[in-house]
Amino acid sequence: MQVLQGLAILLTLQSAGEALSRLLHLPYPGPVIGMVLLLVALRWPAVQQRVQTVASFLLSHLSLLFVPVGVGVITQLGLVAEHGLQLLLVIVASTWIGLAVTALVLHRLMRHAPPAGGSE
Amino acid sequence: MTDFVQLWVYLSSTPLFGLNATLVVYVLALAFYTRMQQAPWANPVLWSMVVLGAGLWATGTAYPTYFAGAQFIHFLLGPAVVALAWPLWERRAALRAHWGRFTVAAVVGGTAAAGSAVGLAWALGLPTEVVLSLAPKSVTAPVAMGIADKVGGIASLAAVFAVLTGLVGALSGKALFALLGIGQDATGWMARGFALGTAAHGIGSARALQVHPDAGAWAALALGLQVVVASLLIPLVAGWF
Repeated sequence: MQVLQGLAILLTLQSAGEALSRLLHLPYPGPVIGMVLLLVALRWPAVQQRVQTVASFLLSHLSLLFVPVGVGVITQLGLVAEHGLQLLLVIVASTWIGLAVTALVLHRLMRHAPPAGGSE
Repeated sequence: MTDFVQLWVYLSSTPLFGLNATLVVYVLALAFYTRMQQAPWANPVLWSMVVLGAGLWATGTAYPTYFAGAQFIHFLLGPAVVALAWPLWERRAALRAHWGRFTVAAVVGGTAAAGSAVGLAWALGLPTEVVLSLAPKSVTAPVAMGIADKVGGIASLAAVFAVLTGLVGALSGKALFALLGIGQDATGWMARGFALGTAAHGIGSARALQVHPDAGAWAALALGLQVVVASLLIPLVAGWF
């Protein structure tokens, strides 16, 4: 029951996000606005209890959800044949740059941080 | 024999086929990944893509036919993005104490990932719509599609780039962090997890979660932050050009 209620909350907030995005012509995708709305709604214990189970379930199987889109690479074989090597280079290099910069910046910043409120 | 062919033609054209194939292949790929002691190269998303893609190609099944069933799994990405509020909420104490540091890391790291992708792609002479589809590649696929749509890229291409980016992060993160001298202490797990969530979204976060629960939690937090940061900044920056 809690899972169903949780899913209902997630879908309602996603719909609200989509509606706000269209009505106010916001540049943010509906689910992102839904996420911010949920962050506000989580102040209420009733929402917390209902969302916890379904959120943990969805997020622990997040990688499965990428498979259908990932298989879509077969629809881009023309592009891959033409620019495959450049694309591979761009994707690999930019991912490494992103990972390295983020990790080094946060690592450096946290070394000078007061320990209180850090990792649990 | 003709009965069998007819049965195959029928089954492969119903949505059941795409949904069933995706779930079964992923469950098998996950079992293989566990048996390989979660070696990065055995990544379940990578092998599911390879097996399903090869299967569609070998049987001459069109992608839209497959997606008619697989969309039921794909659809859950939307509520999953909304659900990202949960890890943010769970870590609200740390978020409140270090919000400035997290924001700096998310903005600098996200900009480095998107900027280097666009810059390199442009320098290599890739077509404009491909360059624009590369900009949101470190954000989780459904959001990447939304952003690409708004800045003039191709949504389906952006989703594929996002998935490939996540795979690169999941496959090579461990070696890269070791090379950078980021350790396996509390701060090290925070930096590793946060970086995977920022630059390699959901697939990187899934990997972080499997390696260490702390790294997974920080990755989920970074993923949620990056969704907000990228949706804010990429359309804004793209508007200047």
